Amino acid sequence: MNIFLDANRKQIANRRKKDWMLHILFVAATSIGVLALCALIVDILIDGIARLQPDLFTNFPSRKADGSGMKSALVGTIYMLLIMAPISFIFGVGAAIFLEEYAKKGRITRMIQLNISTLAGVPSIVYGILGLTLFVRLLALDRSLIAGALTMTLLVLPIIIVSAQEAIRAVPKSRRDASFALGATKWQTVSRSVMPSALPGVLTGVILAMSRAIGETAPLVMIGALTYVAFLPEGLKDSFTVIPIQVYNWLSKPQLEFKELAASGIIVLLALLLLMNFSAILLRNKYQKNI
Amino acid sequence: MNKLMPILLFLCASVSVLTTIGIVVTLISETYQFFQKIPIFDFLFGTKWSPLIPPKSFGVLPLLSGTLMITFIACLVAIPLGLASAIYLSEYAPKRVRKVIKPILEVLAGVPTIVYGYFALSLVTPLIQSIFHSAGVFNALSAGIVVGIMIIPMVCSLSEDAMSSVPRSLRDGAYALGATRFEVALKIVVPAAFSGIVASAVLAFSRAIGETMIVTVAAGSTPNMTANPLESIQTMTAYIVQVSLGDTPHGTVEYGSIFAVGMTLFVITFLLNILAQYIARRFREEY
Repeated sequence: MNIFLDANRKQIANRRKKDWMLHILFVAATSIGVLALCALIVDILIDGIARLQPDLFTNFPSRKADGSGMKSALVGTIYMLLIMAPISFIFGVGAAIFLEEYAKKGRITRMIQLNISTLAGVPSIVYGILGLTLFVRLLALDRSLIAGALTMTLLVLPIIIVSAQEAIRAVPKSRRDASFALGATKWQTVSRSVMPSALPGVLTGVILAMSRAIGETAPLVMIGALTYVAFLPEGLKDSFTVIPIQVYNWLSKPQLEFKELAASGIIVLLALLLLMNFSAILLRNKYQKNI
Repeated sequence: MNKLMPILLFLCASVSVLTTIGIVVTLISETYQFFQKIPIFDFLFGTKWSPLIPPKSFGVLPLLSGTLMITFIACLVAIPLGLASAIYLSEYAPKRVRKVIKPILEVLAGVPTIVYGYFALSLVTPLIQSIFHSAGVFNALSAGIVVGIMIIPMVCSLSEDAMSSVPRSLRDGAYALGATRFEVALKIVVPAAFSGIVASAVLAFSRAIGETMIVTVAAGSTPNMTANPLESIQTMTAYIVQVSLGDTPHGTVEYGSIFAVGMTLFVITFLLNILAQYIARRFREEY
């Protein structure tokens, strides 16, 4: 009898040991992701912090690394956001309102929904090909600010639609019923009761989509956003550059100084992203309290 | 207003459908013109890709093999690590740890790909070169590893969603029989969430195929049918970028080739995305 007990005890001890070892293994695997992020940030800070000086923001890019800046890229990024934000807000939120409030649950709605989730999986460079054909060539917008902004709008639209749909769905049905009971029409209900309570959630989604857009490089390279722009765009049809493209441009030069410039450009880009994500989180927290 | 708004809103919703139609029409019409000049058989089965330097030849296989090598390395990194993180977060981690780790991994997913390209070039490549002395400045291994790091959060969060939707009662049953946490994870949770896990792996695969800037920066631009990950290769996406950086005139064969390559890329990722959706729907366990 004792022999059996001992064997059993040994088996349990072995299983516990295995569990413990795998626990360690899983922790290690999880920390690799975290470590990679730390390594990335430290690496970029070490390389780029020295070049993070006023020159970087006030000077145009130049052939010499010294005194070379990213003024045109910074301004180009901000202009692009300013053009994209209202267009993608109107179309994305409009589509979400239609799908959540108006569309009958039929085949067409299902098709549109499936189409949106498929679009979200299309590689960004394919959007670049579309933008090149549609905006640059067909609509003859050339390699301009507006062509780039429209291409990026199409790219982020699925993200905005999905997050806006979620925000609208989270508004309780009782709000709509209360509005209808007071004699409001459908549109009055949607525009004055549903949308105001969904707005913070919608804006969170829009900000996150915008932060995705300012990091995207590939579609704009396709569109031909110039990598060497020593002026500020004044109209919608001027050529432009953005921070990621400027970084790519610096990165593709062999000299070490340009690599440092690329790193400092990345610091600016990441700081911008962090700022946007932080404001999105603040908005979301406020939103969660209100519903 | 009540009559007008639904129509306007429907127009907004139709933009997404028009985008898809636009992509398909663009790719098909330009690809059709390309195949007027280059036989489709030569494109699909040719083993030499040199569209810019004469004698020109348009065999897509070197680009395809480059893409697959990157994707393979990336999945080798991302799937085990992502899955292990998902198991840790859903089965082992205390709530507090989970609350810290999850947002950190989300940050990893939000880092622009050009930044990952920099990371590959400035940290991972030198590391690889110090281990394998034959590695070039541009090599597939470095790009593949970094693409893998980029898609870890995706694998992790999708698998974790699948695992945390496995009902508590199944776990409790196993614990009541005396199972350890590892046994519960491996024999109860993972099999129950299997369809979600496979779908996340397929999506990761598709994302790695479409990744552009990391491979453009770190993998080089040598269309090369090689099995050696230490050599420079070129992927489909990197080729498209390379051509659009130059001044290729509209209407030439080289210009058409980016559409043919883009079409190949689109068809592959489209099929993979459909497959992932199908797996997640078809094999979902109902409780």
